[in-house]
Amino acid sequence: MRVGVVTFPGSLDDRDALRAVRLAGGTPVPLWHGTHDLEGVDALILPGGFSYGDYLRCGAIAAHSPIMSEVVSEAKKGLPILGICNGFQILVEAGLLPGGLVRNDHGDFICRDQKLRVENTETAWTSGYDLHQEIVIPLKNGEGGFIADDESLKRIEG
Amino acid sequence: MAVIVVEVMPKRELLDPAGKAVLGAFHRTGIEGFHEVRIGKRFELHVDGPVTESHLADARKMADDLLSNGVIEDVLDVRVEDSPA
Repeated sequence: MRVGVVTFPGSLDDRDALRAVRLAGGTPVPLWHGTHDLEGVDALILPGGFSYGDYLRCGAIAAHSPIMSEVVSEAKKGLPILGICNGFQILVEAGLLPGGLVRNDHGDFICRDQKLRVENTETAWTSGYDLHQEIVIPLKNGEGGFIADDESLKRIEG
Repeated sequence: MAVIVVEVMPKRELLDPAGKAVLGAFHRTGIEGFHEVRIGKRFELHVDGPVTESHLADARKMADDLLSNGVIEDVLDVRVEDSPA
């Protein structure tokens, strides 16, 4: 399984993601934002960080990178894509995920170990977990306030 | 020389935490006459020579596609101003 990790200017966690792919038994494939080449990977990770310094809006400038046109077209054909942190913000700004992100309403930057419960094991990224398994994910963001219309929220929450 | 100005504001119905933080500083300074501060963005797109319809069309397109995110923000205005330079 070849899993690509795209590096944007200001990506921080791209090396972590490449290492995680290797530890999980996959073949990590480093990809560069300035190309139009996904090198035929089987899945893709957009890593965390502060692409383009989070100027304009988090992920907004990266979402207009050359490689994103291939990311969008392959996503529509079913390529599994994991957006972590800033990578999630990029997917939102690219229109692949619904909604938008605003500054946290309490005004604080959050940095903590967050317990999550796996509610769906039918996805490419969660099939190795047990249903309702509790996992711990490091959470850190200043603009993690997710906004979406009622219909999208309903669909996301299942 | 002219400038196309694009103004973007967070949507009215969304809380603006940055504006709220600034309002707090107003109150701590003893300025009590304002009940809300909202922070938006002003973009200046500089043009060599006169602004054409094509410049304006491009500015409107980029205002919608890049400079704002329609889920959380509104484009309030796209207009031509004389360059201060």
